Amino acid sequence: MFAQKRRARNKIPPDEIITMEHVSKAYTKNIPALNDVTLHIRRGEFVFIVGDSGSGKSTLIKLLLRELVPTEGRITVMGYDLNRISHGKIPKFRRNLGIVFQDFRLLPDRNVYENVAFAQRIVQTPGRDIRKNVPAVLATVGLAGKYKNKIRHLSGGEQQRVALARALVNKPAILLADEPTGNLDPGITREIMHLLEKINENGTTVLVVTHDKEMVNTMRKRVITLRRGVVVEDEEEGVYRDEED
Amino acid sequence: MKKISTFFYTIGQGIRNLTRNKWYTLASIATIAACLFLFGLFYIVVMNFQNMVHAAEEGVSVTVFFKEGTTEEQILAVQSMVEQRSEVRQVDYISADQAWEDFRNDYLGEYADGFTENPLVDSANLQIYLSDVAMQPNLVTYLESISEVRDVNRSEVTATTLSGVNRLVAYISVAIIVVLFAVSIFLISNTVTIGISVRQEEITIMKYIGATDYFVRAPFVIECILIGLIGSSIPLIVIYFVYGRLTEFIGSKFTILSNLLRFLPISVIFEKLVPASLIIGVGIGFIGSFVTVRRHLRV
Repeated sequence: MFAQKRRARNKIPPDEIITMEHVSKAYTKNIPALNDVTLHIRRGEFVFIVGDSGSGKSTLIKLLLRELVPTEGRITVMGYDLNRISHGKIPKFRRNLGIVFQDFRLLPDRNVYENVAFAQRIVQTPGRDIRKNVPAVLATVGLAGKYKNKIRHLSGGEQQRVALARALVNKPAILLADEPTGNLDPGITREIMHLLEKINENGTTVLVVTHDKEMVNTMRKRVITLRRGVVVEDEEEGVYRDEED
Repeated sequence: MKKISTFFYTIGQGIRNLTRNKWYTLASIATIAACLFLFGLFYIVVMNFQNMVHAAEEGVSVTVFFKEGTTEEQILAVQSMVEQRSEVRQVDYISADQAWEDFRNDYLGEYADGFTENPLVDSANLQIYLSDVAMQPNLVTYLESISEVRDVNRSEVTATTLSGVNRLVAYISVAIIVVLFAVSIFLISNTVTIGISVRQEEITIMKYIGATDYFVRAPFVIECILIGLIGSSIPLIVIYFVYGRLTEFIGSKFTILSNLLRFLPISVIFEKLVPASLIIGVGIGFIGSFVTVRRHLRV
């Protein structure tokens, strides 16, 4: 209801969940990390954002998380105008997003269950619902039997599954994955990508930032290619083409 | 309902954080306890020293003798006038008979039997004790202006020395307490800052997931308040148990100085030391964590 009103106010098409209009971000004068980027991502899409190091992928993720504010242009996510959003409203906005990082960013002093339940406590989910939701989401990512394990006793792949479970437990509309398989071997990478696909099939919009060429080319999803801060390609069922291609 | 459960959750997290970061907790408590122990120790020394000086001051008196023929009624009238003055703590009337009795007992003993009459017949006097020896010159000037007064005996040197020592002790103690207070604040807030900075990652994760500033800050603040509370209670408990025994020991070893070594009871010391220590410990825990976490909230 409120999201619809926000979207109408910001003149965003109803099926569009992320809109970036002529967005630039410069950390220092005259060297933009992102330069005049325009993107329209629809609800339920699976999108790869690819590019080499320094292409502006991380800046893009930080802008979508509202960790950074664009130097120019306008960003709207789920009807929230990120240029104008107040500091107090950022937590509420972020609760619509699930985030997965390359280095997992779990709380190492807590076990698997507590890491996932932590995300529910932040959104003030009642205790009885947490006790129901956390085992369910751990089962989805294949970690039902390891809920008591400490994070440091898990493999890299398992840690990334915990991170995925934490990102999903609040049923976000958008899942942002920043190099989610960067630290994993090819077998585990396939498993994680399969999980992301399953999550997308259940209606969540998935954005994966990566430079894993093989994975992108296998999945055949929409691919947005960034090079030196500029969108150079945006194609449905695309492939990852680097500068030599 | 949700807010109540979040409130209890954050309190629980604050308490659990104490055991999650055992070494940090122990280091912080030790720092706070050490600082406040030094602070308390110095406070005790200063308070007792001031008390001893004050006790010495209380013994300083001015003696007023009256002209020949002054009646007891006139002397008592002067006494009630003098008692009204703010610098006067106590006035004792010593009659001529009492003065002779005291003198005989103190100095003559059995040799006094040779006297058949009171040789100190004109020695009825007023013993005046001051609330502040620094005011002695003012009082003496006033006393000398009274028509019935023959002579005013006072010890100028004692009064000046005592009031000088008292002032010096007050200045030095204020300076050292201020320095110790500042050092305690600096050390404790630094410990809190380091403890929170190493957990910046945890704060960042919380913010990414959508935690409000309150949700991030509250457990840290509660943790630091508890550390401050424990850290400031330890020296108070130690002082409580050690002080009585130490003063007893000093009293028994230096009996010759028993008139001078008048220690304050622990209840008097604690009147100001307990609130001061708790305010420093808990206050710095609260303010330090509040300010330091805020620095990391802009994620």
